[in-house]
Amino acid sequence: MARLEVLKTYKIYIGGQFPRTESGRYYSPKNKNGQSLANICLSSRKDFRDAVVAARGAFGGWSGRSAFNRSQILYRIAEILEGRRLQFVDELIKQNSSTKDAENEINLSIDRLIYYAGWCDKFQQVFSSVNPVASSHFNFSVPEPTGIVAIIAPQNTSLLGLISVIAPTIAGGNTCVVLASENKPLCAVTFAEVINSSDVPGGVINILTGKCSELIKYFADHMDVNAVVYCEKDKESQQLIKEKAALNVKRVLLYDSINWEDEEKGQSPYFIIDTQEIKTTWHPIETVGSAKAGY
Amino acid sequence: MAKARKNSTVKLTFDTLQYAPAPESKSIAKIDTQYDLFINGKFEKPLSKKYFDTINPATEEKLSSVADANVADVDKAVQAARVAQDKIWSKMPAKERGKYIYRIARMIQERAREFSVIETLDGGKPIRESRDIDIPLAANHFFYYAGWADKLQYAFPNTNPKPLGVAGQIIPWNFPLLMAAWKIAPALATGNTVVLKPAETTPLTALKLAEIIQESDLPPGVVNIITGAGATGAAIVNHADINKIAFTGSTEVGKIIQRAVAGTNKKLTLELGGKAANIIFEDAAIDQAVEGVINGIFFNQGHVCCAGSRLFVQESVYPIVMQKLKDRIATLIVGDPMDKNTDVGAINSKQQLETIHKYINIGKKEGANIFESNCVLPKKGFFCKPTLFMNVAQSSRIAQEEIFGPVLAIQTFRTDDEVIEKANNTPFGLSAGVWTDKGSKVFNLTSKLRAGVIWANTYNKFDPTSPFGGYKESGFGREGGLHGLSAYLNV
Repeated sequence: MARLEVLKTYKIYIGGQFPRTESGRYYSPKNKNGQSLANICLSSRKDFRDAVVAARGAFGGWSGRSAFNRSQILYRIAEILEGRRLQFVDELIKQNSSTKDAENEINLSIDRLIYYAGWCDKFQQVFSSVNPVASSHFNFSVPEPTGIVAIIAPQNTSLLGLISVIAPTIAGGNTCVVLASENKPLCAVTFAEVINSSDVPGGVINILTGKCSELIKYFADHMDVNAVVYCEKDKESQQLIKEKAALNVKRVLLYDSINWEDEEKGQSPYFIIDTQEIKTTWHPIETVGSAKAGY
Repeated sequence: MAKARKNSTVKLTFDTLQYAPAPESKSIAKIDTQYDLFINGKFEKPLSKKYFDTINPATEEKLSSVADANVADVDKAVQAARVAQDKIWSKMPAKERGKYIYRIARMIQERAREFSVIETLDGGKPIRESRDIDIPLAANHFFYYAGWADKLQYAFPNTNPKPLGVAGQIIPWNFPLLMAAWKIAPALATGNTVVLKPAETTPLTALKLAEIIQESDLPPGVVNIITGAGATGAAIVNHADINKIAFTGSTEVGKIIQRAVAGTNKKLTLELGGKAANIIFEDAAIDQAVEGVINGIFFNQGHVCCAGSRLFVQESVYPIVMQKLKDRIATLIVGDPMDKNTDVGAINSKQQLETIHKYINIGKKEGANIFESNCVLPKKGFFCKPTLFMNVAQSSRIAQEEIFGPVLAIQTFRTDDEVIEKANNTPFGLSAGVWTDKGSKVFNLTSKLRAGVIWANTYNKFDPTSPFGGYKESGFGREGGLHGLSAYLNV
């Protein structure tokens, strides 16, 4: 008799824990063969709010870490992901990918993490400035993370899109709450397991599964969220997000025409800077005596 | 004037040592009795056929009447800007674009004194501030961005930056010409054309700038300056052929604008309100800190979005700081903005004076202790005494809401962590001040305060090379410096 396969329970990821949705609801997305992928948590507004609390709690610690340390942690995620690549290939195939496409997607995903791991302690130098003010002051501008970023992950990919939006966000010191692809949610949950064993502090990345149409408005109008990322072309949703974002002047980032597979256009430090604020600091320079820096 | 302190051992009487009046002459200011709309390089009568008065808030006398642009006028201006963008400005070599902006900068410098006088007459700010800050900084801003015009490829590595198109710009009444410069200069340098609306209470220096733009031979339609109130602003925000909205003003209006452009592809930058914390640690140079606090809240009558309107004093130095603060306030000269000795001029409008009085009453009702300067206010015009509130609760409205006047809410703290927590406990995040003699403390604070501009051992300093703008509900996007370019480019 053939061995019976042990099926995996797909749960959500909040504050470094794997709870089921508090709502007790689920949905069963199907692949193109009509085969049910799994019973997936249908996350609620309350789950989202819990995730924002976790993200806010983690923000001070994560943004306060050294950029070098964040870089190491992103690299660590890539390492663990590499080790579990077969599981992701499996899930990608289950979610309609060919073997070749699945392998390509996991390769690009790992490489993307490495790419952003490298940027963690470099983008500040590219985007900072010492400003030559006309008065007797030392004045400099540096990027700082905007805070909590609520992300609706690209819906047409299961893994690459997800990583392409999470990596630049956390590389810059933000924490995030991410809604996975609705119809291809498997890799997002498995990726949460990767994160959980990669030294990423609980609450830095929170991953929910569920329906975009239900949760999008909460992502956009939560008063403790600082920015929203949305990657679909749907004009109505874009407008809804922008309108609700005005409630607390959120930054809205629409990545609706990005080809995430493109290594030129699908990754760049500009994705990091999108969720950064520029802070400028002034301090007087003492001008006493007449000594000049002559030689 | 100052009464000698009761606890002084030596009684000094300065009452007789008044400053003699030192009024700036109005004769240099050429103000027409009526101004039309500056569209397509010409001053045009408004299709609305309507005009409104602009007054001197220090005397309540009418200075001029200006056109009230309606939807049709806005449309005319946008069309002019579009044609200029498509046919001329986007095709012009970048270095030529830069030279026009340099030319405008020089012409502002040449007429700086006239601009200073008009700015003070129309807005009520002390002539010393118009002369030494507003007007020179405005000219410098044009100078700075002029040079960027042909160097944009160095600002954004590995991209090919392109202008957005037509920019609709709406500016406030607190720094009328300076805000016009902050908006127009980077927009032009990056290859955009402009429709700018100055605030309804302070339109004159923008209209004078229109004269300069005309004299500079800038191609018609590249800059259009139209006057009006909220309805005119709304017509700009809602115009379908505008690619970019840049707004400086209240958070309330900023949110309305963010909602209004939600269904469009317009790019948006917002520079909104603030409620900055100004923090004095016990090791600070107290005299300098007090001077910085005074400058932080009474500069421009407190009509400053980045005003240091919340003061946090470490408990151990609270008594001495308060004593010095009260002594200093007693010496502030409040009154005629045209007098070169005046420290605090006129409140910009009757409406704003009422708002300030409303908040002073709220502060009293909420149980805070009030201290006002005992200066004598002029009988005519809109004036407000420099005001302190002590014993203010964190939840108090005068500690949470932007007053935009010479009113300071004072709180105390014991530890660094406590003051960081309190300072950040606001929906705003525009600026903050830190006073300490310890460098490491400066850097701890500047990295933990959630605000776009941090002044350490100084306050209210501005420079064209220095990016300015907020976190959280103080808006998004930066103005000034290299970072100010991205607001007007697709990279």
